[in-house]
Amino acid sequence: MSAHLLSRDGLLARAAFAASLIEHPGRSLLAALGIALGVALGLAVHLVNRSAANEFTLAAHSLTGEAHLVVRGPRAGFDEELYPFLSRLPEVEAASPALELEVAVAVAGRSEPLRVLGLDPFRAAQVQPALLKDIAGSLQELLEPDTVLLSRTAAEWLGAQAGAVVHILAGSESRSLRVLGLLPEKAYRQRLAVMDIASAQLALDRLGRLNRVDLRLRPGVDLEAFRAALGAQLPPGVQVATPETEAERGASLSRAYRINLNMLAMVALFTGAFVVFTTLALSVLKRRRELALLRVLGVTRAGVARLVLAEAAILGITGAALGIAAGHFLALAVLERFGPDLGAGYFSGVAAGLDADPAAYVLFFALGLSAALLGALGPALETARTAPALALRSGDPERALARLRNTWPALALFAAALAFAQAPPLNGIPVFGYLSVAALLLGAVLLAPRLAPAALALLPARGPVPLRLAAEQLQGTPGQAAVSMASILVSVSLMVSMAIMVTSFRDSLDQWLSQVLPADMYLRSAPAGEAAWFSPEDQARIRATPGVKDAGFLRAQNLWLDPARPPMALLARPVDPANPERVLPVTGRWLVPGPGEPPPIWVSELVHDVYGFGVGRVVELPLAGKNARFTVAGVWRDYARQNGAIYMERDVYIALTGDRLANDAAIWLEPGRSTVEVEAALRAALGERPGLLMTETGELRAYSLSVFDRTFAVTYLLEAVAVAIGLLGIGVGVASQAAARRGEFGMLRHIGFTRSQVAAMLGIEGAMVSGVGVALGLALGWVISLVLVHVVNRQSFHWSMDMHVPWPELAALAAVLLAAAAATAIASGRAAMSMDAVRAVREDW
Amino acid sequence: MLPVLRIRNLVKSYAGATGRPVLRGVSLDVAPGEYVAVMGESGVGKSTLLNLIAGLDTPDAGNIELDGAELTALDDTTRTLLRRRAMGFVFQAFHLLPHLSVSQNVALPLALNGFAQQETDARVLHLLEAVGLAERGPSRPRELSGGEQQRVAVARALAHRPRLLLADEPTGNLDQESAGHVLRLLREQVTAGGGAGILVTHSAAAAATADRVYVLSVEGLRERQT
Repeated sequence: MSAHLLSRDGLLARAAFAASLIEHPGRSLLAALGIALGVALGLAVHLVNRSAANEFTLAAHSLTGEAHLVVRGPRAGFDEELYPFLSRLPEVEAASPALELEVAVAVAGRSEPLRVLGLDPFRAAQVQPALLKDIAGSLQELLEPDTVLLSRTAAEWLGAQAGAVVHILAGSESRSLRVLGLLPEKAYRQRLAVMDIASAQLALDRLGRLNRVDLRLRPGVDLEAFRAALGAQLPPGVQVATPETEAERGASLSRAYRINLNMLAMVALFTGAFVVFTTLALSVLKRRRELALLRVLGVTRAGVARLVLAEAAILGITGAALGIAAGHFLALAVLERFGPDLGAGYFSGVAAGLDADPAAYVLFFALGLSAALLGALGPALETARTAPALALRSGDPERALARLRNTWPALALFAAALAFAQAPPLNGIPVFGYLSVAALLLGAVLLAPRLAPAALALLPARGPVPLRLAAEQLQGTPGQAAVSMASILVSVSLMVSMAIMVTSFRDSLDQWLSQVLPADMYLRSAPAGEAAWFSPEDQARIRATPGVKDAGFLRAQNLWLDPARPPMALLARPVDPANPERVLPVTGRWLVPGPGEPPPIWVSELVHDVYGFGVGRVVELPLAGKNARFTVAGVWRDYARQNGAIYMERDVYIALTGDRLANDAAIWLEPGRSTVEVEAALRAALGERPGLLMTETGELRAYSLSVFDRTFAVTYLLEAVAVAIGLLGIGVGVASQAAARRGEFGMLRHIGFTRSQVAAMLGIEGAMVSGVGVALGLALGWVISLVLVHVVNRQSFHWSMDMHVPWPELAALAAVLLAAAAATAIASGRAAMSMDAVRAVREDW
Repeated sequence: MLPVLRIRNLVKSYAGATGRPVLRGVSLDVAPGEYVAVMGESGVGKSTLLNLIAGLDTPDAGNIELDGAELTALDDTTRTLLRRRAMGFVFQAFHLLPHLSVSQNVALPLALNGFAQQETDARVLHLLEAVGLAERGPSRPRELSGGEQQRVAVARALAHRPRLLLADEPTGNLDQESAGHVLRLLREQVTAGGGAGILVTHSAAAAATADRVYVLSVEGLRERQT
């Protein structure tokens, strides 16, 4: 006999869990799977992003060595006279001058960017002793012109070993560099070429210019005080920062993108919590008399709540463990197959191994467990609150759900969501935007039990018997229907909001491309890199080419206003100050500076938001080593540059800098001329120029949109997973209710219902519940999309966009979901339907 | 001798707009070894009286003492622990846990009260023998007839030797033969254990098995003279 008995805890656990965990392992597995998918995605995205960001940090450290401070200038650099000034400062023990540029290099017939670092090996050795050791064998040869050392990553990428020749594009010409050897693999994992600084200045047409000096300070120097004092002495546009700031700046490039991906993965986990909620809420409803009996037998309120939470903990631990394993292998597979770049192009050129941080595994395990416990909290508290005498007698589980119809918590959450949406970002992260979305989701879920009866009351009271029975069943159990639809409501609203946001972004990008690409074709001096251009002679040849009606030239430089942020782009092109909207996608009001006022600049939304450059403000910008004053005349939308951009009239730029070079040209064709013939004429006029890129406007648009689609591909995947988890919720809901209604099905079979009629009834119920969930999800999704577009996206990336709702796609999504929900409902109820009808009717429980 | 249960002037109304009074000044004493029946029409408050005695509900006024301890002054957790230790229940609808075996259902109160495994095994075996189901220990409740299920419920109610047994229409779902068996069992076990028992029933035949019979009506609780 004792073999059949259990210990006290075992007996209680069995009493509480057996129904759902042991007797319904499939349903329990579905709930655990909801958690597992969320944990797996969250961990995988985190590990891939972390591995990539870690590579960035390692790369930054390998380049700065033992430097205490790094002095940097814009792409145009600064006069090399600054170096002796710095090296002679009493606080400075050693200084290492450098020229660091991305150049275009030919790889497999295409031009790609390669980072070139020009160093004085002997000076650099004082700041980076490890470097001298690394290059000691090639030191003498490195001093020869046009020789380079390559990192292993770069060598593999270029297919070049020692002795090979690499062709780079500098100015208007191609230059050949001889590969001396390879840098140690562990120290330099990014794509990098190291040259002697004099060679680099010559090869990259930067004689007398530097753009970086690394400083090692004498012992005892107050680093922060010296940094501040030195910053005040440096020429305009030159900044000084610590190596830590340098490393953080590299990682900050992709921070908003990484955080948004993590948030999307968390959305999947959040939806998983609702599957647990649905599972436990319906399971507890079904077992309300059993749990009440435990209360009668002497289990305390806290005791029954703990039992429900323990059940959730088992689901959470199982799901989190499965998710951790799946996430680990998913991250490994992604890094192996695609590298650390998750589609946005931030990490191209970085080869990363998996950075398996144990804390991340613990964190995501805890998140999975917490999500399950969070989902169980409501059912646990409700179970503890329920009067056992009532629950023992009550035959109507809907009474237990009546408490959920209180609308005040939902209204309070909606008010909080509105308040959060008005709050500014925290440290550049739209924390309150995410909180606003979470409050909207939770508020809608809490409002669902109030809305469900009204929505279900609209269901048809006529038609075939299964249809009528399904409608009556749902109308009679609106509380349980609301619980079942919680996860589908959450997942659909998130998918809809993302779809609206992505469509709005894509359509806005399309419109933006039309405005910023008004010409017939475009020329770029090099498709990548910073060291190629069109000389004034090139520009004259382009204008004079047969078939060219007009040409506009653009000079791209960069500006460094804050050492903690990456430099922004400075773009000089012809702009009519009276009508800037003809060439720039200006948003809001703009002004025309009056006579005697500083000349106009037009700033991107990021520059407006982050640097506070409001319309009408007069600002100073460092140009050619001097500060010049400008009037902020307008703000424009820029989807191309994520670190900010400023437009100014090219004539003004030339007058202030004397720089007549150009990087891009916009070409308008004479009537009747084709791009093919003009392209041939331009190539003939410009001569042999490796890397020269000519693109028809249509191709450029198509390419830009394809980059956009690739960037968002991973977000589609994450959304699809969230919806799959939502469907699991429907499955769990139907399975729970079907199990509780076995007696009803048996009775229907007694009076002549066929199995297929029962199946049809369940399918219709699933579709109806989902229909209401999808309808509410569409409405909620639209509201959330407003927060995503106007708060989260704006605060993350500083991009505004116009709202566009993809109605046909949403209608198709709704239809697919309804069909999937009906199929899920039939599949989930199959076990209950297949039961012996006579036995089902006999059963008391 | 101190009564096991002592009720004085118990008053209870249903909450809500009507505030309909259910119990008005009910008083009752039940001595050790005594087994009393409470009869009354439907809706008169018999189950409410049981719920108040069990501490599952609280009275508007009056006192309930179990072995001299005042129940109405206790908080919910203390009442729960007292119920766990000192009371046993038999319901009309059996309320056996379907996913536990017969033995495990009977062992549940013993487990809750921290009985040692060996004592639990012996006690379960004894009780199942006493109710004539010694061979059905490993069975699931659904495999038993209604009468057998109620005998398991009786065994469970008596497993931890409660001072007070409360039975709410225990034969309402049973045929005559099974009902007779269960009623005999209840009476034997209550009186043998030295505790007290209250049987709530509609059935005059069931009530006849008790030492005393009370009738609950809107006027209050009155003993029926035989």
